[in-house]
Amino acid sequence: MKVFLLNLLLTALWIASTAVFTYGNALLGFAVGFLVLWWLRPLLGSTTFFRKLPLALWFSLLFLWEVLKANLRVAWDVVAPRKLRRLGVVAVPLDVTTDFEIALLANLLTLTPGSLCLDVSEDRRTLYVHEMFVDDPEKVRRQIKQRPERWILALFR
Amino acid sequence: MPALSEILVMILLGVGGLFCLLAAAGILLLPDVYTRMQAASKAVTFGATTIVLAAALHFGDAGVVARCLLVCVFLFVTIPAASHLIARAAYRAREPLAPETMIDELAEHTDRRR
Repeated sequence: MKVFLLNLLLTALWIASTAVFTYGNALLGFAVGFLVLWWLRPLLGSTTFFRKLPLALWFSLLFLWEVLKANLRVAWDVVAPRKLRRLGVVAVPLDVTTDFEIALLANLLTLTPGSLCLDVSEDRRTLYVHEMFVDDPEKVRRQIKQRPERWILALFR
Repeated sequence: MPALSEILVMILLGVGGLFCLLAAAGILLLPDVYTRMQAASKAVTFGATTIVLAAALHFGDAGVVARCLLVCVFLFVTIPAASHLIARAAYRAREPLAPETMIDELAEHTDRRR
């Protein structure tokens, strides 16, 4: 986090010193700042920033792809004459523990078409998810644990 | 011959409009409040985001782009929270699940708490 702020500071410096106020230039400044910090790694102590920033970008892309795929699937089911949907409420045991991580996971799941978070158990160990395609509850649980939950654990642990 | 960016704007607007239409169809055709919330929230998030991106691309002005990106961020933060709360309230009010629902692992849990 500290290194990320440093990188933003370097970006601001880059924009100020080049005096070009465009998004492309801001991105370029961020990339230059990232390279500079990468080069200065030994001075920064132990940090997970260099591992996590590319991971975050990659996960965002994967997530957008999932959203697109699931959107098409749900849209098709609305108009298709032969319904493929299998509705169900599935209990998902959680590995994420803090409020922030649970909220983030619930948000990601709710943004994915076909799943909607209904409730969290009071001990915060279980998330109840309404799913549109429950062929097998175990499979749904596995998918949630392997994709969004694993991403969150990789980024915030 | 229109420019490449114009074609992209047309595609984004078309896709966005189509998904909003499908969301409306979903609200009419789906069987219960939970599935309708799914159609109403997600397809609209996607549709509205693509339309806003089309606007950003069309105007290309830094101020407009910044505001469009902000709109996208707010859509992505607020819509899931709202739809989660509506669905949860519906469940607590014992709004019935559609008869075709296969499995309800929350039923046991809430009955115990009541």
